[in-house]
Amino acid sequence: MTAPRTMFEKIWQRHVVVDRPDGYTLLYIDRHLMHDGSSPAYARLKARGLGLRRPDRAAATPDHYVKTDSRTKDVPDPDHRRLLNDITANCNEAGVTLFDLGDARQGIIHVVGPEQGLSQPGLTLVCGDSHTSTHGALGALAFGIGSSEVTHVMATQCLWQRKPKSMRITVDGTLSPHITGKDIILAIIGKIGAAGAVGYVMEYAGSAIRNLSMEGRLTLCNMSIEAGGRAGMVAPDDITFNYMKGRPFAPKGELWDKAMAFWKTVPTDEGATFDREVTLNAAEIAPMVTWGTSPEDVLSINGRVPDPASAPDAGKQENMKRALEYMDLKPGTPMDSVAVDRVFIGSCTNSRIEDLRAAAAVAKGRKAQIPAWVVAGSGLIKQQAEAEGLDKIFREAGFDWREPGCSMCIGVNGDTGTRGQRIASTSNRNFVGRQGQGVRTHLVSPAMAAAAAVTGHFTDVRKLLG
Amino acid sequence: MDAFTTLTAVAVPLDQANIDTDQIIPARYLGRLRPQQVEGYFHDFRLDPNGRPREGVTLNNPAYKDAKIIVANHNFACGSSRENAVTVMVDNGFRAFIAPSFGDIFFNNCFQNGCLPIRLSADRVARIRVILHELPGAEISIDLPSQTVVGPDGQKDSFEIDPFRKDMLLKGADEVKITLGYEADIAGFEARQRQEMPWL
Repeated sequence: MTAPRTMFEKIWQRHVVVDRPDGYTLLYIDRHLMHDGSSPAYARLKARGLGLRRPDRAAATPDHYVKTDSRTKDVPDPDHRRLLNDITANCNEAGVTLFDLGDARQGIIHVVGPEQGLSQPGLTLVCGDSHTSTHGALGALAFGIGSSEVTHVMATQCLWQRKPKSMRITVDGTLSPHITGKDIILAIIGKIGAAGAVGYVMEYAGSAIRNLSMEGRLTLCNMSIEAGGRAGMVAPDDITFNYMKGRPFAPKGELWDKAMAFWKTVPTDEGATFDREVTLNAAEIAPMVTWGTSPEDVLSINGRVPDPASAPDAGKQENMKRALEYMDLKPGTPMDSVAVDRVFIGSCTNSRIEDLRAAAAVAKGRKAQIPAWVVAGSGLIKQQAEAEGLDKIFREAGFDWREPGCSMCIGVNGDTGTRGQRIASTSNRNFVGRQGQGVRTHLVSPAMAAAAAVTGHFTDVRKLLG
Repeated sequence: MDAFTTLTAVAVPLDQANIDTDQIIPARYLGRLRPQQVEGYFHDFRLDPNGRPREGVTLNNPAYKDAKIIVANHNFACGSSRENAVTVMVDNGFRAFIAPSFGDIFFNNCFQNGCLPIRLSADRVARIRVILHELPGAEISIDLPSQTVVGPDGQKDSFEIDPFRKDMLLKGADEVKITLGYEADIAGFEARQRQEMPWL
């Protein structure tokens, strides 16, 4: 009998093409996802006279540079126009499946991959985007890579890797009502820090994770990179299998049975050991809000802006002071008294149907006090939300209902805030200038973002929904 | 790719922890062609909203203008996978980065561009930064074959690097070309996988 193995270990071992004596591994990549920022990588591939080794294992959709007020590719910026046209030309030339603008299946690549059934348990999956960790929610080993490595995957379907260490984050207990995957991952990052998982693949386990929906798990794994993790993953179970069933690229018939037999072997074996273990108590997690310029700068909505004087060392104190100055916050201020100028509900972190339902439940019958945007993660989610009447709820509450794309999470398409604006955002990064120069970003869950929209300040959503 | 063997150059200290790749090159520069990305280099980190150099930012100090090495703090270049964070620093003269820890994807991206990221202990890196503040324009010497760094105080430290990565840097090797040399192994893997995972 073989020794008990972690899920990560099993997936890794299954994908080793070459193990060099120096500890480096040539790892096979099952799935490669591309977006409108991938064209420089393709141009390099062509320049060396190569093509895609496995176009059948690639899929693409434009997301970063697409407009969210229309579906035109004829955007004013010539560089962006080129990128939007390149992805179409490249995919057509290479024979890669493309969910292009105008196709209801278009959306944010990390929403589209799982939605189409391209992301599956037990696979290795990469994309030239750091939030590729999202797909680990299906029980895959998924991670972001740079543009040169994208070229390498296109040419060889492999990557040279040193095996990362493993970390298990166990969240046991029962979550309070209205606490989501977003609050869990923010609590985890608050606990271990933005570099807490550097060099590790994270597996999320425990009863609170088992009870999370697939949407919640996708949110959780999405922000693994914000803890520094190489990847984040959740063991596949019935929630996963039910989610997979019937998706366009999921196996069918006899192949489904074969896949299922394999998928059931993917989870970590009883007794397998991790290089590091972290535990959290689900019952203690409150709605979370970031106060600073790193996702680790986070506290409960019931907390107060921290005082740099409480920092453990001079370096941290300096960082806190700088962050508070940028964020224009005073130590000791109750978070729920901080006024918000604008709200963004969207991004690969929180733009799925469950996220929109949670936000709509708060918006229903209320009025937005400040500009609030809702950007669905894909055209299919937008359609589903409209079928459920969520768009009507949002519109009646004064929210702007927009077309799918990355939008204000990164702002490269022009969707940015203005200098000095304070934004309650369901995205993943509160970095300086992330949503526009001088813009102040606070990361929250969709329900908390909607609560900020209808009250004009951060509000514990539990006070609105009871 | 340019080979990396040794480098003796001015080093510039960056004290902040968790400097993310959005600071190294703001997203609004990413869609441009590489020559037009050069001005994005630490743009908003260096300059105020009126385009004037921010006070106290070492990157603005003329004493460090010839720097080819950055000595940073924990989790340097975390966040986005944008390889432009490496290339924009290369295009502004940098070839090596020293920090206690790095953003994982940035760390990998360095090797793709002939750059050397070096991890040293947090205490030693902090000490080097203090010296670089005290002696702006001081040099650091890096020797990849012997895996050593000589600080501005003359202290020599060893660093770890994967033999594979070291070899690639020393030769300026083309990784795609090397991998294509494993064609038989890759094809063999694919044949096995077709049997074992026919649903893919």
